[in-house]
Amino acid sequence: MSFPLLTATAALPAVGAVATAAVPAARRTAAKWLALLVSLGTLALAITVLVRFDPGGARYQLTESHSWIRDFGVRYELGVDGIGVALIALTAVLIPFIVLAGWHDADPLETGSRRWRPTQGFFALILAVEAMVLISFEATDVFLFYIFFEAMLIPMYFLIGGFGDRAHAQGEQAAATQRSYAAVKFLLYNLVGGLIMLAAVIGLYVVAGNFSLQQIAEARAAGSLHMATSTGRWLFLGFFFAFAVKAPLWPLHTWLPNAMQESTAPVAVLITAVVDKVGTFAMLRFCLGLFPEASKWATPVILVLALISIVYGALLAVGQRDIKRLVAYASISHFGFIIMGIFAMTSQGQSGATLYMVNHGISTAALMLVAGFLISRRGSRLIADYGGVQKVAPVLAGTFLIGGLATLSLPGLAPFVSEFLVLVGTFTRHPVIGIIATFGIVLAALYTLVLYQRTMTGPVRPEVSAMPDLRVRELLVVAPLIALLIFLGVYPKPVTDIVNPAVRHTMSDVQKKDPKPEVEAAK
Amino acid sequence: MNPVNYLYLAGLLFTIGATGVLIRRNAIVVFMCVELMLNACNLAFVTFSRLHGNLDGQVIAFFTMVVAAAEVVVGLAIIVSLFRARHSASVDDASLMKL
Amino acid sequence: MEKLIALLIAAPLLGAAVLLLGGRRLDRVGHWIGTLLSTASFVFGLVLFTDLLGRNAEHRTLIQHLWTWIPVEGFQADVTFRLDQLSMTFVLLITGVGSLIHLYSVGYMEHDERRRRFFGYLNLFLAAMLLLVLADNYLLLYVGWEGVGLASYLLIGFWQHKPSAATAAKKAFLVNRVGDMGLSIAIMLMFTTFGSFAFGPVFGHVDGASQGKLTAIGLMLLLAACGKSAQVPLQSWLGDAMEGPTPVSALIHAATMVTAGVYLIVRSAAVFDAAPDAQLAVTVVGAVTLLFGAIVGCAKDDIKKALAGSTMSQIGYMVLAAGLGPIGYVFAIMHLVTHGFFKAGLFLGAGSVMHGMNDEVDMRRYGGLRKYMPVTFVTFGLGYLAIIGFPGLSGFFSKDKIIEAAFAKGGTEGWILGGAALVGAAITAFYMTRVMLMTFFGEERWKNQATRSPEAPSAEPAAEHRGETAEPHPHESPKVMTIPMIVLAVGSVFGGGFFSIGDRFLYWLEPVTGHSEGHSPVSAGEVTAATMVCLVIGVAVAWAQYGRKPVPAVAPRGSLLTRAARRDLLQDDFNHVVLVRGGEHLTRSLVYLDHTLVDGVVNGTAAGFGGLSGRLRRLQNGFARSYAVSMFGGAALLVAATLLMRAV
Repeated sequence: MSFPLLTATAALPAVGAVATAAVPAARRTAAKWLALLVSLGTLALAITVLVRFDPGGARYQLTESHSWIRDFGVRYELGVDGIGVALIALTAVLIPFIVLAGWHDADPLETGSRRWRPTQGFFALILAVEAMVLISFEATDVFLFYIFFEAMLIPMYFLIGGFGDRAHAQGEQAAATQRSYAAVKFLLYNLVGGLIMLAAVIGLYVVAGNFSLQQIAEARAAGSLHMATSTGRWLFLGFFFAFAVKAPLWPLHTWLPNAMQESTAPVAVLITAVVDKVGTFAMLRFCLGLFPEASKWATPVILVLALISIVYGALLAVGQRDIKRLVAYASISHFGFIIMGIFAMTSQGQSGATLYMVNHGISTAALMLVAGFLISRRGSRLIADYGGVQKVAPVLAGTFLIGGLATLSLPGLAPFVSEFLVLVGTFTRHPVIGIIATFGIVLAALYTLVLYQRTMTGPVRPEVSAMPDLRVRELLVVAPLIALLIFLGVYPKPVTDIVNPAVRHTMSDVQKKDPKPEVEAAK
Repeated sequence: MNPVNYLYLAGLLFTIGATGVLIRRNAIVVFMCVELMLNACNLAFVTFSRLHGNLDGQVIAFFTMVVAAAEVVVGLAIIVSLFRARHSASVDDASLMKL
Repeated sequence: MEKLIALLIAAPLLGAAVLLLGGRRLDRVGHWIGTLLSTASFVFGLVLFTDLLGRNAEHRTLIQHLWTWIPVEGFQADVTFRLDQLSMTFVLLITGVGSLIHLYSVGYMEHDERRRRFFGYLNLFLAAMLLLVLADNYLLLYVGWEGVGLASYLLIGFWQHKPSAATAAKKAFLVNRVGDMGLSIAIMLMFTTFGSFAFGPVFGHVDGASQGKLTAIGLMLLLAACGKSAQVPLQSWLGDAMEGPTPVSALIHAATMVTAGVYLIVRSAAVFDAAPDAQLAVTVVGAVTLLFGAIVGCAKDDIKKALAGSTMSQIGYMVLAAGLGPIGYVFAIMHLVTHGFFKAGLFLGAGSVMHGMNDEVDMRRYGGLRKYMPVTFVTFGLGYLAIIGFPGLSGFFSKDKIIEAAFAKGGTEGWILGGAALVGAAITAFYMTRVMLMTFFGEERWKNQATRSPEAPSAEPAAEHRGETAEPHPHESPKVMTIPMIVLAVGSVFGGGFFSIGDRFLYWLEPVTGHSEGHSPVSAGEVTAATMVCLVIGVAVAWAQYGRKPVPAVAPRGSLLTRAARRDLLQDDFNHVVLVRGGEHLTRSLVYLDHTLVDGVVNGTAAGFGGLSGRLRRLQNGFARSYAVSMFGGAALLVAATLLMRAV
C-alpha cells in the first residue's frame, strides 16, 4: 500500500490543532510557532500532492478507500481531481498567511481587562478548520464529505464568536453581543442548509444504495441507476440549498456580512477565502456530478440568482460604511461570478469559475488582511474614521490599493483572467446575462475606488497622523500574496493545465458541449 | 380466590399513590405516595407471576424493593437537605430548576 | 530582430518596478533612472524602425510570441506582440514624446518630495501604453488598455492629499471602466463570432460573420474608444483629469493615452469596413465631439482646461477621420502624430508658464508674458500656429486632409461632416487665439495681486512647497524644461510637411490600414480655401474680443452658452443628478432593503421560533407535580392508543 498522502495532508493540521491546544497557557508564543510550523508542513504536503498529481491521468488520483460503516455502505474514500488539487493548494497556501496575520489577534487584552483570550485555542481552531476543509476537498464519498462539511461549523462558530476586533466603538459589552449574534446567525444559517442536505444525502442513499461518487457515476453510465427525474431534482435542490448558503448566493447571503464584520480579519479571510469555497467546489463536484439532469433543469433560475448576487452585492458594497462589510458584499458579488461560471455549462465558464475560486481567495486575503492591519491601527472599522493614510503609511496604502485593484479585476492581476473567462463562458450561451454581469466590473471599480479614496487620500486626519507603516511581519504576509496575484495574472497556465482536464470530465458529466463560434458554425 | 382481584387492588393502590403525588405538597407525603405506587407495581408483578406460572415477576419485585430502598435513602436525604435550606418541606418551594 | 520588441516594454516596466519597489534609497537618482529607461525604449524603437525601413512594405510585420497566457478548452490567449507600421508609428510617438516629457518632468517636479514615485508611474504608463499598441490580440490589448487607465488614475491623483485630485482620478477610472466594458463585450462578441480574438483570425474571417454581429462589435469598440479618448458621451473625465501634474496632462491626456481610442478603431479597420452602420456612428461621435470640445475650450479660463477641451476636439477630428473608412485612416493617424507634437508642446508650454507664475492657472491673471518667457512664448506660439492649421505647419497638413476626406464621404453625410469639421476649424482658431492673447499679450494682470483669490482654481499644490504666495515673478524655465519644448516645437513646425511631401506617411501606413481616394464634391483647393477663411474668421473674432479690448480679471457672467460651456455643457450636472444622486439613492435603499427585507425574513423566522419557545417555556414551571401530571397524561395516552390499536 502506498503512503496515504491525502489523509496525511488533512491529518497533519488536525494533529497540529490538538497539539497547539495542548501547549501550556504560559507559553503562547510557542503555540503560535507550532501552528505556523504545522501550517507550513501542510503546505509542503499540499505541494507534494500538486507534484504527484498528473493532469493527464485518471479523473480521481491518489485515491484511498476503506470501508467505514459497512451497514450503510459508507466508505472512507478520498481522491482528488484537478479542481480539488487547485483548492487544496489554495487552502494550504492561505493558512500560513492567516496564522501570521493573526499573530497578535488572540493575545491577552491589556492588563486590567478581565476577558480571557485563549491564544492557543485561536490557532488550534484555525488548524482544525484547515483539516476539515482539506478533507472536504478530498472526499469522494458523499457521507464523508457531509460530516466534515457540517463539522467545520463548530470551530468556525467559536472563531467568530470568541475573537473579535480589539477595539470597538461601542465598548466591549456591545461588541460581545454583536459577535455572538453574528456567530449564532452563521451557525443557524449553515445548520439549516446542512439539515436539508442531510435529508438529501439520505434520499441519495435510498436511491443509489451507497454514497460513493465513483460507484454512482459507474452505475449511471451502466444504466443501472434508477433515479426518477423528479427525485433527482428534489435531491439536487437539497444539496444545492446547503451549498448556496455556504457560498453564499442571494438571497441566502445575509450571514456573511455579519460574520465577516464581527470576526478578526484573518478569520474573515478564513470564512470567505477558504470555507466558503467548499460550497462552490461542492456545487461543481456533487451537484453537477450526481445530478446532471437536474442541474441543467435548474440552470436558468440559478443563473438569474447568480446575476442578482453579482449586481446586488456590488451595489450594496457601494453603500457600506464599514470596511469589512464592504469587502463582504464584494465577496458576495464575486461568489455570484463563480456560481454563474459553474452553471454557464461551458468549458470557459467552469475553468474560469475554478480559477476564480483560487484567485478570489488570494485577492480577498490580500485586501482583507491589509484592511485588518489598518483597522487594528486605528481601532475602527468605519470608513469615515480614516483619511489621508496614504501620506502617513504609503506602503500600507500601496498594498491596500493593489488588493483593491485585484478585487476590481484589473488586467495583469490574477482575478482578471478568471473573471473574463467566466464572462466569456456565460456570454457564449447566455449573451444577455453575460452583458448584464459585465456591469459588475464598473460597480467593482466604484466600490473599490471609493473605499480607497475615502480612507487613503485627502488631507491627513489627526487620528491617523501617527499611524505606523507596515511592519516586517505584515509585509511578510502581504508581499507573497501580491506576488502570487501578479504571477497568476501573467502566467495562469500552471493552474489552468491542472484544472482543464477536470472541467472536461465535468462537462461530460452534464453532457454539454461548448457552442461553436458563428464563423465555424456557418461552414 | 380469583387472582385478578389482586390486580384490582394493585390498580387501586397505584391510583391512590398517583393522586397523592399529584395533589399533596408535603414532600414526605409525596414520597410515601411514590412508595405506595412502587408497592402497587410489586403487587401486580407478583400477581402476574402467579398467573403466568413463572418466577420472572417475583424476581423483578425483589429488584423493585432494592431500588425502592436505595431511592428512600437518596430521596430522604434530598428532602432533609431541602428542609434545612428552605425550612419547609413543600415541593412547590423547590421550583428553581425551571428555565 | 523580433526579440527586441519585448525589450520596448521591458525597459519602462523594469523602471517602474525598480522605482516603486526601490524605496527612499533611490530618491536622489530615481528620476534619471526613469528617464534613462524611457530613452532606452526609444532607442530600441529607433533600431526596430530602421530595421523595418530596410524591408519591403509587405514584410514589415514582426511577430514575437512570448508565452501562452490563458489556455482553456476552446479559448486561447497568447502573449504575442505585433510590430507593424501602425504600431511602429505609435511606438516612436510614445517613447519619443514620453522621453521628452520625462526630461521635462525632471525640472518640473524638482521640488516634489515624491518625484521618484512620479517617475515610477510615468514608466508604468509607458509600459502599459506600449503593450496596448504592440498586442497581437484584443485581450492583451485590453491589459494595456486598463493598464494605461491605472497609470492615468495614479497620475491624475498624484497629489492625493487634495480631495479634488483624488475625486478626479476616481472619476477618470470609472468613466474609463464604462468604456472598458464595451471593449470586453466586444471581445466576447468576437469570441462567439470568430472563436478567437487575435487580430489575424478576426480580420481574416470578417467575411463569414453576420452583419449584425459586426455592427455590434463595431459599436462596442466605439464605446471603448469613447471612454479612453474622451469622446461624447464619455468625455466628462478629461477636464477634471487636469488636476494631475502638467507633464502628465501633456503625455497622457494629450499626446498618447487619449488617442488609444483612435488606434483601436484604426486597428480594427477590417471590422469597421464591413459594418457601415458602426462607421456612421463613429463619424457622428467624432463630429459631435469636435464641436463639443471646441465650444467647451472657448469658455474655460483655466489654461489647462481650455487645452483639454481642445484635445477633446482634436481627437474628435481623428475619430471622425477614422470613421470615414479607408479614405480617412491614414489621416487620422497622421493628425494623431502631429497633434502629439503640438499639443504636448502646448501643454509643456502651459506648464512652463505655470512654473513661472506660482502655479496660477487662471488665464485672466496672466497677460503680457511674452517679454518674461521668450522661449516659452516662441514654442507655445509655434504650437499655436500648428494647431490652428497655419499654412505650412503640421496641423495644416493633417487637419486639411481630414476635412477633405469628410467631404469626400459623399452625399448629405459628407456635407454635414465636412461642414462640422470646417466650423470646428474656425472655433479652434478662436479659442487658441484667445489662449494665446490672454496669456502672452495684453496688460500684465498678475501685477499688484498679492495673493491668489480663494476661489481661483488651483491645480498645483506644489506651490506650497515653493513657499511663494506673493506677487509672481515670471521667469523662464530651466533648460531641462525648455529643451523638450523646443524639440516638440520643431516637430510641430515640420512634422506635417515632412509626412505629407511625397505622401510619405500614406505609403508607410497603407499596407496596414488600406487607403482609397474618395470622390470629393469639392476640390482640394476649395477645401483649403474654405479652411483658410474659417481660420481668419476665428482669429479675427478672438482678436476683436481679447486683443483689442482689455481682458477683465474677473470673468464676466457671459451668455447662456458661455455659462453652459464653462460647466462642460451641463454634462457634469446631468451625471451628478442622474448617476451620482440616483446611484446614491439606489444603494441606500438597497442597503435598507437588505437589512429590513432579506435579513428581516431571516431574523423574523428566528424571532418567530424564539416567541414559540417562549410560549412553550411557560409549561416548564418547575413544579414537580405538573411534570408528573404530564407524565401520567402521556402514559395514559399511550395506553389508550395501544388499546385503540388493538381494538381496531
